[in-house]
Amino acid sequence: MVMKDLLTLFLTFAKVGVMTFGGGYAMLPILQREVVENKGWATDEELTDYFAIGQCTPGVIAVNTATFIGRKQHGVVGGIVATLGVVFPSLLIMCALAGVIEAFSHLAWVQHAFAGIRVCVCVLIFNAVVKLWKSAVKDAWGVAIFLCVLALSVLTSLSPVLYVLAAALAGIAIKTLGGGKK
Amino acid sequence: MMYLLLFGEFFKTGLFAVGGGLATLPFLYDMCARHPDWFTAAQLADMVAVSESTPGPIGVNMATYVGFLTGGVPGAIVATLGLVCPSVIIILIVAAFLKSFRDNRFVNAAFYGLRPASTAMVASAGLSVVLLALLNTGAQGFALVNWKALALAAVLLILTRWVKPTKGLHPILFILASAVVGVVFQF
Repeated sequence: MVMKDLLTLFLTFAKVGVMTFGGGYAMLPILQREVVENKGWATDEELTDYFAIGQCTPGVIAVNTATFIGRKQHGVVGGIVATLGVVFPSLLIMCALAGVIEAFSHLAWVQHAFAGIRVCVCVLIFNAVVKLWKSAVKDAWGVAIFLCVLALSVLTSLSPVLYVLAAALAGIAIKTLGGGKK
Repeated sequence: MMYLLLFGEFFKTGLFAVGGGLATLPFLYDMCARHPDWFTAAQLADMVAVSESTPGPIGVNMATYVGFLTGGVPGAIVATLGLVCPSVIIILIVAAFLKSFRDNRFVNAAFYGLRPASTAMVASAGLSVVLLALLNTGAQGFALVNWKALALAAVLLILTRWVKPTKGLHPILFILASAVVGVVFQF
């Protein structure tokens, strides 16, 4: 029975992986339907909690949420199985696509197409930054941290790890000294 | 040996990229600067488009693609496992004391500082794509700007942000349209 339950867990999350375009919040309605309504593995409140924690822990939010729900169903093994399920379709699809794209990338029209696509990627990243800004930058301290990190990462080639650690420490320092919007 | 290094790089990315999908991008740029034989910055920009247009979480798709470029199918598997490993470990720990984590003063304060930094790093990765897509590197003066690309960017910006009927459309449609424009107008 345990094997069957784990298989169900794997397949359910593989289905969520296939149906998610874009990750993050795009995944929420699909998780609601599959995990809350169809399977009854979690409530809407729990799902919102998992998402909130997924956002404030490192890593891909979709993976974090899958680990949470899998663990709730079947402990540590369940967490791992659900995670493997959610990444499995990506592995198959991306390996197939990357192979095809690399094989045709020398063709002139493929290069023109990707030059056009890159322009679109600029705009998509810009839009993502605007959205992130709205939830991330709450006050003048936030603006200051944003500008410092942006300037440093454009002008230097320091590791992003340093910015993450420094920004976390700065956040703790500002809040401990009573700064920042309440 | 290369697989071990690949696993390590993606483990680090999974451990420090906060805020989902695109937050892994600055780490990937950092990676291709230090390992130029793995993949190029241009491939990275294409990869963002492919990852947004295919099913699956963006962060996982990008890791799989980069892993494939670096070491074929085994590379893709190693990179993806490296990326999700820290998530799984951290979540399994956090899940054990869920409530106290969310309400912890220090955790909240750390993320208060982290989120603007993460936004800035994604913005900086975006600038690298802008340099690649909108400028002709090496050219001077008027020819420095790729005017066709700039016009397309302006149209896309308006369509995705301000035009009501089109701004809610899925990114895949804009990506496909841009590919067609790129082919037709010889970008």
